[in-house]
Amino acid sequence: MAVQSSFKNMTLCLFAVCIVSSALLAAVYAVTEEPIAEAEHAKTVRAIAVVVPEFDGEPVADTIEVAGKKYPYYIVSKDGEPAGYAITSSASGYGGPVKLMVGVTADRVIYNTTVLSQSETPGLGAKCTEPAFADQFKEWNPAEKTLKVKKDGGDVDAITASTITSRAYAVAVETAVAVYDAIVAENNKGE
Amino acid sequence: MEYILIIISAIFVNNILLSQFMGICPFLGVSNKLSTAAGMSGAVCFVITLATLVTYLFQYYVLVPLEIEYMQTIAFILIIAALVQMVEIVLKKISPSLYQALGIFLPLITTNCAVLGVALMVVTNEFSYGGSEPHLLNLGESVVFAFATSLGFGLAMILFAGLREQIALNKVPKPFKGIPIALVTASILAMAFMGFSGLV
Amino acid sequence: MGKFQLITKGLVKENPTFVLLLGMCPTLATTTSAINGMSMGLATLFVLVLSNMAISATAPYIPDKVRIPAYIVIIAAFVTILQLVMQAFTPDIYETLGLFIPLIVVNCIVLGRAEAFANKNSVVDSACDGLGIGLGFTLALTILGLVREILGSGSAFGFKFISGDGILVFVLAPGAFMALAYLIVLFKKVTAKKGE
Repeated sequence: MAVQSSFKNMTLCLFAVCIVSSALLAAVYAVTEEPIAEAEHAKTVRAIAVVVPEFDGEPVADTIEVAGKKYPYYIVSKDGEPAGYAITSSASGYGGPVKLMVGVTADRVIYNTTVLSQSETPGLGAKCTEPAFADQFKEWNPAEKTLKVKKDGGDVDAITASTITSRAYAVAVETAVAVYDAIVAENNKGE
Repeated sequence: MEYILIIISAIFVNNILLSQFMGICPFLGVSNKLSTAAGMSGAVCFVITLATLVTYLFQYYVLVPLEIEYMQTIAFILIIAALVQMVEIVLKKISPSLYQALGIFLPLITTNCAVLGVALMVVTNEFSYGGSEPHLLNLGESVVFAFATSLGFGLAMILFAGLREQIALNKVPKPFKGIPIALVTASILAMAFMGFSGLV
Repeated sequence: MGKFQLITKGLVKENPTFVLLLGMCPTLATTTSAINGMSMGLATLFVLVLSNMAISATAPYIPDKVRIPAYIVIIAAFVTILQLVMQAFTPDIYETLGLFIPLIVVNCIVLGRAEAFANKNSVVDSACDGLGIGLGFTLALTILGLVREILGSGSAFGFKFISGDGILVFVLAPGAFMALAYLIVLFKKVTAKKGE
């Protein structure tokens, strides 16, 4: 069966196993690198398409720093005019971070929101991905309605028994609005 | 402040055994007696903290600069296996009494998924505590997180072993003997730990 | 033992979850729904078959004292390949299962089969053994996931059949332990009757 163990063949054997495995992995990585990048890109594009109105061309990626933190965002345009901004923001929920993509149109109204990732309790906080909760942010005008749950004196209908998740969602949307304001301020400065 | 939240969260709220389901094998396997459960917990505590420190440094000083993050899994498990071996050898030399207490558990720890799980968690997951922005943990936070997680492991292990010692004295319906009744007990314990959720 | 028996023994007689009680971590953690359980089972199946074959082919050349580290490296390599492939082609499932994909490395079933079967049997037999055990694991995880999904969210394979919520606790941690306990008892009862 197995060969006798000696220091030389043990080292050699482990070394060989490691080299062969690494080579194999490097090869698989080289093959899958592109599909992985494509899959990630496709996911972002899908999220953008959900949260902003119809647009043409490719979304343009950019980042902005607000209060010491970098926020990636995407500008989309229709007929050469900026049609909206898809902003990624996050807040801490119940089971971890709740990451959102928030679409804000040029007139500072939220077009739609979508959850990029969350680890809330299934059946409770995880309901933040369902339309029953998320659809209330469609066409939300932050100038008229306050982005706080009703318990805290705002206008957001919280998910039953999941105030913390609802609060996190509202905070993330509010952050996105603040990021939008920063983007607009920066653009005005540039002109 | 953040360190306190990390500790409370890792021990009670996100207990590695009862809410993350990592390290269930030793949880069910060596929890028949309180003394062995305590020994196992001690060994795990030692290895998780050390392994997380080493893998964290390896991730940010070797894998990331070389852009071979895809080698993470293979590198981490090798590091853990090597560390466990080394701990075993060192312990044998410097503290035979401690080796007698923990030694037999050490070989089992390489395949304890809590160790690899925590090592991977601190370099891939973003954490947020007390409403702070979600972020990856830094070195200090990672080590504190690892240590607190292993304390949570120990707490659950010891509570569970205590419960099982009591159950062994009672009459259990035949099909439930052994693992099923242990799982039912674990379920009730997990329910109790759910009371902590929302604390952080 | 015939090839067919090698495959079927993993389903009932040596079912890794219900009889051998191995690989409990992913069993409990990823079975919040039938689909999730099945994906985890299939992912493990993939690694199990390939690592069994590779270990069976290389075992005669590996010195006895370093066989465990060598097996771990081989298994870890296949797990990483699986990670890369899933990231590329099934990113959604990859994200749902999260950490438990790399944790297949430390799943006792995989290393257990390498030690107990693959290193002393032929490549084809080892592949059959991996397939059988993997299918048994997949079956167990799917059943557990289905039970938890039906009770916990009132749906099966994603199709909802009640309005509103189920018994939420079954999706959460305590329900995982409870459902598994009762399934093992049920499995014991059924197989014991067959044996009589």
